[in-house]
Amino acid sequence: MAKSSNQLEKQIRKRLKKRTRKSKTPILLMSHMVLGHPSLEENAQVIDAMVKGGVDIMELQIPFTEPYADGPVIAAANQKALDGGLRVDQALEFLANTTRKHAIPFLVMTYCNIMLARGIKRFVDEVADRGGVGLIIPDLPLEEAQEAIEACNRRGLAWVQLMTPTCPDQRLAELGQAASGFCYVVARKGVTGKQTSFGDELDTLLARCRKATTSPLAVGFGVRSAEDVAFLAGRADIAVVGTASIQIHEQHGVAAVGKFFAGLRDLEG
Amino acid sequence: MKKGYFGPFGGSFIPEVLRETFRQLTLAYEEARADPAFWQAYLRMMENYSGRPTPLTFAENLSREFDGRRVYIKREDLNQTGAHKANNVMGQGLLVKRMGKKRVIAETGAGQHGMATATMAARLGLECVVYMGAEDVARQRPNVFWMEQLGTTVVPVTAGSQTLKDAINEAMRDWVASMDDTHYVLGTACGGHPFPEMVAWFQSIIGLEAKGQIMAQEGRLPDKVFACVGGGSNAMGIFSGFLEHPEVELIGVEAGGEGLQGDRHAARIASGRSAVGVTQGMKTYFLQDDDGQMKSTHSVAAGLDYVGVSPILADLHQQGRVRFEAALDTEVVAALKRLMKSEGLIAALESSHAVAQALKELPDMADDACIIINLSGRGDKDIFTVADALDDQAWRDFIMEKAAQYKVRQSG
Repeated sequence: MAKSSNQLEKQIRKRLKKRTRKSKTPILLMSHMVLGHPSLEENAQVIDAMVKGGVDIMELQIPFTEPYADGPVIAAANQKALDGGLRVDQALEFLANTTRKHAIPFLVMTYCNIMLARGIKRFVDEVADRGGVGLIIPDLPLEEAQEAIEACNRRGLAWVQLMTPTCPDQRLAELGQAASGFCYVVARKGVTGKQTSFGDELDTLLARCRKATTSPLAVGFGVRSAEDVAFLAGRADIAVVGTASIQIHEQHGVAAVGKFFAGLRDLEG
Repeated sequence: MKKGYFGPFGGSFIPEVLRETFRQLTLAYEEARADPAFWQAYLRMMENYSGRPTPLTFAENLSREFDGRRVYIKREDLNQTGAHKANNVMGQGLLVKRMGKKRVIAETGAGQHGMATATMAARLGLECVVYMGAEDVARQRPNVFWMEQLGTTVVPVTAGSQTLKDAINEAMRDWVASMDDTHYVLGTACGGHPFPEMVAWFQSIIGLEAKGQIMAQEGRLPDKVFACVGGGSNAMGIFSGFLEHPEVELIGVEAGGEGLQGDRHAARIASGRSAVGVTQGMKTYFLQDDDGQMKSTHSVAAGLDYVGVSPILADLHQQGRVRFEAALDTEVVAALKRLMKSEGLIAALESSHAVAQALKELPDMADDACIIINLSGRGDKDIFTVADALDDQAWRDFIMEKAAQYKVRQSG
């Protein structure tokens, strides 16, 4: 599976260069949201706020009934979105509207059954036609992903691989080779949203991942504060904030989300 | 064929973080399977701890009621904790010891698998956490009571539909963080490789025994073998003894619930209304909507109330080796009553599905026909559920009286 020279990767590098010139926290911010939670209308408002708050990339999660790689907060958001009646058609239409409105790259994250139910090729085509730039599918391992990767390559979509602390070096190399766009480094064992300690262990993991791939590295799982982002700046290319922003949205509303992201790169070194 | 596949079904669709854990587990399982001493130790333990071999009981009265057709019942209800679940759990327990892990986790629907795991953990000195849908915790207090008495921590799961599939998701969430010292004792022949194959292997003890017993007692193989199918582990267990004999017809009985027309059932295959999909580690038939979202299922028997089915059985269905049928809740309750009256056997609601289907087919079989029904579990320990299913007024009165006594004691 040859790696395609990916548009997203170029975009990331360009944006990171600009960010490095302008800010003392040289890292991009990627945010996450569950579509339909609490509603697509409110998702649109939150995206506006996030973009204003300086978010560089976003992953939009199409909810699934069995989100077992996600922690309790995101899992509950999946459930609430589905209870609200969200359909995949609506999620894809929302993607089209969003990519028309905002210039930043949007990826689609979902579980593999959502893709399979539509057919892999059709799903990839629909995401590409609606302006999506890549896919993150946490329960489709590399060995099973060939068809999806080929479909993504054909349409120039990034196929984002997850790299984890439990991967031996050789596995990281396989993943790094197959990935395009960027690699998503899972900062620790466990599900999304739990406490992560940002220290030597993560440093070692990031060094192993760097060796395994030439793609940019995003780090997620437990990133929730300006301190966390400051730690990652210079070590990784993208900090991914998921659960924390859902919690802020749920507790303090849309405006607070924008402020939260604006403040994440405030700790100047 | 790729490893862990059964025809187009199975595989290992697991998050990257668990890949290494699955690799180690597969290795440990393959080593154990290649080591005759492991199976011998397993047999000794099951003999000593779980009363195996379980009898193959000749159902004299039922046989007479069906004009001399020979009805045999494989008595998995006589296992430790009253169901075939013990076979799988004790086998995985021995594997846990071999791998040197100190903690086990499990999912449970009605509580049978959780109970079996709790006894195994107590016996083998392991820490144990069982995930159980909050709705099931509320419905199955007796099992929760015993698990807690056995030293297990029972965690109610409030996510999703709060039932079995959600308990599996929550156990997975535990495992992705705890895999270094923890083994996930999956309760059925589902999930990512090696679970379907491994669980089917431990359960194959049922079929091995049954085949030897029917040859000894009847001098011939049965014409049909009936087993209920939730995830599919008891069916895989008894079927495995007869798979290589094409003349033995194998019938898997799913939960027909309130009928196959709507969504109030769990008949993945017999309804013809499921689609091949992927979740919870495996590719198999799931009851899902057009978007790929999993549906909620229904059965009077919590143990059959699951949205997917073993990939091994999905393949055997596609090959035409196993025929799938569904029994309705009402037929199941009637079968439960009839087996009690005729043979004095109290079957679990799950196992009563197999009984119900056998009762339907017996009249049309040849006069000298011979069948085996796998009685996967006993029903008396599920007295609350069964009494509700039988709608027993005297039982209701008793519970209300009991509740009133507690109330008086609490306020007094």
